[in-house]
Amino acid sequence: MAVEILKEKSRASVPEVTIGATKEQGGTRTHTITVGGDAALPFHHFEGEIKHRPVVALEVNDIVPEWNENLLKYYRDVVDNPGQWAKKCVEEYGADLVYLKLDGAHPDNGNKSPEECVAVVKDVLASVGVPLIVVGCDDEEKDNEVLVAVAEATSGENLLFGNAEQTNYKSLTAACMVHKHNIIARSPLDINICKQLNILISEMNLPLNRIVIDPTIGGLGYGIEYAYSILERARLGALQGDKMLSMPIIATVGYESWRTKEANLSTEENPSWGDAEERGILWETTCATALLQSGVNILLMRHPKSVQLVKKHIDQLMVPNDY
Amino acid sequence: MIIIGERINGMFKDIKQAIQERDPKPVQEWAKRQEEGGAKYLDINVGPAVSDKVGAMKWLVEVTQEASDLPLCLDSTNFEAIEEGLKLCKKPAIINSTSAERSKIEIAFPMAVKYGAGLIGLTMDSKGIPKDSDTRLAFAMELVAAADEFGLPMEDLYIDPLILPCNVAQDHAPEVLKTLQQIKMLANPAPKTVLGLSNVSNGCQNRPLINRVYMAMAMACGLDAAIADANDVDLIEVAATAEILLNQKIYCDSYVKLFIEG
Repeated sequence: MAVEILKEKSRASVPEVTIGATKEQGGTRTHTITVGGDAALPFHHFEGEIKHRPVVALEVNDIVPEWNENLLKYYRDVVDNPGQWAKKCVEEYGADLVYLKLDGAHPDNGNKSPEECVAVVKDVLASVGVPLIVVGCDDEEKDNEVLVAVAEATSGENLLFGNAEQTNYKSLTAACMVHKHNIIARSPLDINICKQLNILISEMNLPLNRIVIDPTIGGLGYGIEYAYSILERARLGALQGDKMLSMPIIATVGYESWRTKEANLSTEENPSWGDAEERGILWETTCATALLQSGVNILLMRHPKSVQLVKKHIDQLMVPNDY
Repeated sequence: MIIIGERINGMFKDIKQAIQERDPKPVQEWAKRQEEGGAKYLDINVGPAVSDKVGAMKWLVEVTQEASDLPLCLDSTNFEAIEEGLKLCKKPAIINSTSAERSKIEIAFPMAVKYGAGLIGLTMDSKGIPKDSDTRLAFAMELVAAADEFGLPMEDLYIDPLILPCNVAQDHAPEVLKTLQQIKMLANPAPKTVLGLSNVSNGCQNRPLINRVYMAMAMACGLDAAIADANDVDLIEVAATAEILLNQKIYCDSYVKLFIEG
């Protein structure tokens, strides 16, 4: 006897957000990337269309980051040149997008001027054809100066800028409005603030299809299950018609994975845990694949080999399982 | 919670006069005001005094839709008036209503299916409103069976267990709550539930207070929709808050605003 598959029909879907603009569209990208559009829970192809595959961005810094050697060695030759670094991420390591962090703008990290930051972003734009995600240095005052300047200098490129937070969203939202970019709305593992921030941003008239949400995650072993349940609740809300929680989701997988003890402890320090690099790669990969199941649309990652594994996994997940 | 604005009804003097004089202004003002207040449907009732019910319904549907994009809830005992109104509706409407009498079921359910409309089914027959919950529930079961029989999706059936004024029929209020709870167990997916809320306070002194308290109690028992005063700010705030406390919507600081606009 045939088994009847119970299907849940969603009332609504995730809005589609397009990042990047080609020459015809007023930018300089070779192509654009669209995320979202999910009309069912992750990879439930039999219940609704999963319109776009999740994408992977590799992280590029404007200063040499304090990363584990097992990670940094892949970027050693380009680590002081963000443009070349980005190029390597795209051409050699298969990144769908570049995630550019302007940490060097931080008063404690070199205090780069807005003009210097603009030059870095322009350099990266010139080096790669993929759309960019640009985030500041996590100093509110400085980010408001830097990101506004970068948004203006890249007007028309339709980039994804972050991070807007409940206490500091107005400058970036206004800059994204005026210069036609998308925004990352970040909330501190709190679904209520996540929803409220989306309302605040949309009250400034930035359309919902220009917002990507970062509800914040915890790495594997460091609260991933808590993050998972928040992301899942947001996505369930979205599919039931809660517009203010419906946006595509972005997750800082690389950052959270590579700060764990498990990803950093050397092989010598604890031989029973196995090879350190392999362990780090698997830590990041497992974190990413778990989060894909909670509805993440954009993964921000670091290790080239994790990216390979995750992209292969996404290929498999995107095979329709139509019953 | 779906608020169905009750104000476009020929029982009200201004609407009655507007229908008689074919003056769209009062109707359209109420359409807009109720939408701004938080209504998600507009009830349209020509009232008892009009002789040409079909003509009046068609006119009300047309002028209301000129002023508001909200879907309509066509409220009449005259199925011909409802059907002529349905033909003019731009969005899927709700038919208000049928009783559980077989002769009415056989007209109303196929009509709802034909026009893709929702249907309010009253838990009564020709003998009137039952006194207790069990009898109400038996009628509800007949309505659920009719939805199956005629192919109306269960989510499009709104069962109204009929509330009476608490000053004359106080014993009905708890019976209706009990019925609401049990209706949700009749089918999976369950039918929706609705009340003509303002009836609970008819003839009482502090009507808004009674309305909103009863609505909160009824929502806790499974009420999905109410034909109510969409411009009673306190009532709307209670509906929005009850949705949060019942974990039907995810909390955020602007939840009331979202309820009204969303």
